[in-house]
Amino acid sequence: MKRTRVPPAIGLLAALGLLLFLLPLAGLIVRAPWNQALRELADPTTTTALGLSIFCSLTATAIALVLGIPLAIILARTRGTLRNILRALTTLPMVLPPVVGGVALLLAFGRRGLVGSLLNQWFGIQIPFTTAAAVMAETFVAMPFLVIAVEAGLRSLDHRYEEAARSLGAGYWRVFTRVTLPLLRPAIFSGAVLCWARALGEFGATITFAGNFPGRTQTVPIAVYLALETKPEAAITLSLILLVVSVAILVGMRDRWLGAL
Amino acid sequence: MTRTMVAILAAGIMSACGSGTTTCAIQTSCGVGPPRTTLTVFAAASLQPAFDKIGAKLLSTQNLATTFSYAGTQTLTTQLTQGAPADVFASADVAHMTTIHSAGLLYSQSVLFAHNRLEIAVAKGNPKGVHSLADLARSGLVVVLADPSVPAGKYAAQALAKAGVTVHPASLEQQVTGVLSKVALGEADAGIVYHSDIVSSGQVDGVVIPDTQNVIADYPIAVLMSAQNVAGAVAFVDFVLSTDGQSILTAAGFQGM
Repeated sequence: MKRTRVPPAIGLLAALGLLLFLLPLAGLIVRAPWNQALRELADPTTTTALGLSIFCSLTATAIALVLGIPLAIILARTRGTLRNILRALTTLPMVLPPVVGGVALLLAFGRRGLVGSLLNQWFGIQIPFTTAAAVMAETFVAMPFLVIAVEAGLRSLDHRYEEAARSLGAGYWRVFTRVTLPLLRPAIFSGAVLCWARALGEFGATITFAGNFPGRTQTVPIAVYLALETKPEAAITLSLILLVVSVAILVGMRDRWLGAL
Repeated sequence: MTRTMVAILAAGIMSACGSGTTTCAIQTSCGVGPPRTTLTVFAAASLQPAFDKIGAKLLSTQNLATTFSYAGTQTLTTQLTQGAPADVFASADVAHMTTIHSAGLLYSQSVLFAHNRLEIAVAKGNPKGVHSLADLARSGLVVVLADPSVPAGKYAAQALAKAGVTVHPASLEQQVTGVLSKVALGEADAGIVYHSDIVSSGQVDGVVIPDTQNVIADYPIAVLMSAQNVAGAVAFVDFVLSTDGQSILTAAGFQGM
């Protein structure tokens, strides 16, 4: 089949779109204090924030995997109005401003929140201002990306493999672990990567629900925001580190996994 | 084909201009709309209750429509040094005003227009029995402060140092209103804020910090070099310094000049 030529207007608009992404990155790279970058990297504020960010985002992704895959299975099974409602609820955090998400988390899990007040009364557990709160905020915001990816994977799955396994006498869990999960691997992987990337960049919900304290809830995006006002060089360096990490992951994964989306 | 593209581009440009009144108030390139009698004021977050009233007053008396951008003074300072266009800057400390002055961004000399005292914000009725800065060091008490990069946080650190108290805050908020809302929501037991925050909030009680431990915050105001409406900016500053303006500030819990 012969490919039709793309009109110049589309090429022009595409170039403009690309520039919108590239110019800010170029600004970051050009303005980066390269000679100071290594020193900033060794700065305790930087390393603490980076360590916390990696820990929180990975934990959030792990929780999203454990809760999100079952949620995707239920979503893929339901039909009609119920499915639309469930879907809307699941994707709500994607459209909600993260700060609103943070306030909602406070109203649910804060000391006076719906669930938080009971946790406090019964067990003396207070979630806000803890690392757990940062993880919860990141999970809240990032899990939809995983659910959507896995649900799409489930819907495009060839269910005859599962039926064949079942007809050979395999139970639900055996079919699930031996057939469904391996077939879903690309979808789960790409969903997990997107989820992790979103968790890593989370700012609004985290600062609202978990606050800001170095080593406890000050993740890299929050450290960048605060550093921008006192030490801009540190902020640019931190941003670059996040950028390098994200680009490395996305480039590494794109062809193998994200193509499946 | 081309016509469609032009239409899309035009729609894009129009929506870019039309979305949000703040964009239009800041950028004069929007061309459309009534003749400009608008003013953009960058003000420290703690000034919001008083400045909102001043803005309403100026609109009704001088037909001057003011758009306020409230944030932590340090955030506003960064935005201004990065070229954010505004007419007036009201800071919660002298240090950040000096930064703006050194950057050559001031149109006129800055003047002090208000003072503010620190106070401890606690839940209504003070259920945890907080009576002094020393009480903030009690274990089990959830204390929230502003980040030391924020004027309120810097002042709080100075007050705590004067009192010889070491506090382990649960969070360092990026603006003083964040401290207030955490106490008002009941997530924190106590926080150090301005007296004016407690007066305007109405949702928290204040515990007075004695003069020997207190820090007085100075609020300077100035017309900016980037001012598009110098006459309006001067009128705004004059009103803030006038008897009427000062009484609004005093009612909001500030100390006048």
